[in-house]
Amino acid sequence: MGETRKIALSVNGKRYEAEVEVRWTLADFVRHTLGLTGTHLGCEHGVCGACTILFDGRSARSCLMLAVQADGHDLLTVEGIAPSPDKLHPLQQAFHENHGLQCGFCTPGILTTLIEFLHDNPDPTEQEVRVALSGNLCRCTGYQNIVIATLDAAKRLRAGADWRMAAETK
Amino acid sequence: MLLYVKQSRPTHDDAEMKPPPFRYHDPKTVDEAIGLLGSLENAKLLAGGQSLMPMLNMRFVLPDHVIDLNRVDGLPYIREQGGWLEIGAMTRQRDLEFSDAVRARWPIMHEALLQVGHRQTRNRGTIGGSLCHLDPAAELVSLAIGHDAIVTVAGPNGKRELPFLDFPAGYMMPSLEPNELLVAIRFPQWAPGHGYAFVEFARRHGDFAITSAAALLEGDPSGKITRASVTIGGMGTTPSRARELEQAIVGQMPTAQLLRDACESCRKLEAIDDIHAPASYRQHLAAVLSRRALEKAYARLTGHELAAGRPH
Repeated sequence: MGETRKIALSVNGKRYEAEVEVRWTLADFVRHTLGLTGTHLGCEHGVCGACTILFDGRSARSCLMLAVQADGHDLLTVEGIAPSPDKLHPLQQAFHENHGLQCGFCTPGILTTLIEFLHDNPDPTEQEVRVALSGNLCRCTGYQNIVIATLDAAKRLRAGADWRMAAETK
Repeated sequence: MLLYVKQSRPTHDDAEMKPPPFRYHDPKTVDEAIGLLGSLENAKLLAGGQSLMPMLNMRFVLPDHVIDLNRVDGLPYIREQGGWLEIGAMTRQRDLEFSDAVRARWPIMHEALLQVGHRQTRNRGTIGGSLCHLDPAAELVSLAIGHDAIVTVAGPNGKRELPFLDFPAGYMMPSLEPNELLVAIRFPQWAPGHGYAFVEFARRHGDFAITSAAALLEGDPSGKITRASVTIGGMGTTPSRARELEQAIVGQMPTAQLLRDACESCRKLEAIDDIHAPASYRQHLAAVLSRRALEKAYARLTGHELAAGRPH
């Protein structure tokens, strides 16, 4: 074991303290140490977007950050999106109803990316949605239903759907 | 709720460790960072991590020390003063993209940033990191060259300034001493209402460009071009100004044919062969993209499209 540091951070509204090796990526820490395996690892060099999380509310590739950099920060992973264990978030509901996923490997990174995107832009055009998704690779769907689901989710958001996530309903 | 997580679960062993072992340092001040740079052997600076982290994950770099600049005070800022935009080295690309000053007075920077990676990488990536990484296809490097920007470098004996044109010492090699650190860059403002365009050819949106062209134009009320800057990226070891093209169009009342002919000189710029494209293809793109950038910039300068010459 190399050099370690103690870090304290918030993930999905819960406080954690842990000792991490300084060379661990944030993605590996989230998956292996915290056991939050919803964050997926595809390419591990910043291309595929599967490991996208929200870091202080901004989408970021967790494979391109070190766990030690998260000390004192707030993270949101896909596990923190649904408001409760038996209820989907409107964004997830829109993906469910519009067949916005097939194998689902890329979905956690897409959902976290869209949480930030729709917060900034609740009334996007189809082209804006496609650009927003350009950093997330999906090899199943051809993106068509992901785009449809995103536009549907935006519509629900504008119609006043309860957009709060688990971290915010605690 | 506070959860304490036990370290080193059995699944997290060396076998799946991506980055190589290193010592981690997170200085709080520029002086502290310079001190570390001067005293540590084989140290790497970590800015936004969007290039260094992939290289660590793939073990293309094996530093003994990583000096993380993310907790250094006073490096992220955007300041406008006397017709210059000064940007602290640790300013995130995202903060430039969303800056009202950038959008209003350095609009080419906004246009270029939308082609820098993706939202998720711009949220972390910094201007200083991009400039020091110095990829020849990087959009921000092209902008710094196209604007004759000035960089501020800090070292043990204080700060020094140098024109960005002198900053590249070679392929992906900034002219920094081992104990020096880029702290800021200044971009001069072009006249209000100037023409601008940043166009690139990449395989996918957000990829590094195979070739790019950045154009800035000023003109007089008659439509004559009075000042021009054209920078071609992705061709040689560093982006370069298309000086012959600039000289050919300044003082001219451009037509589509004139721009088309003038842009042919970009085919003579030095270009590299690599897996993405042969040199001749890059040179072809340089002529095409510089023309498209100038047509777009001129339309923005004058408010109307050029009279069509031959069909494109």
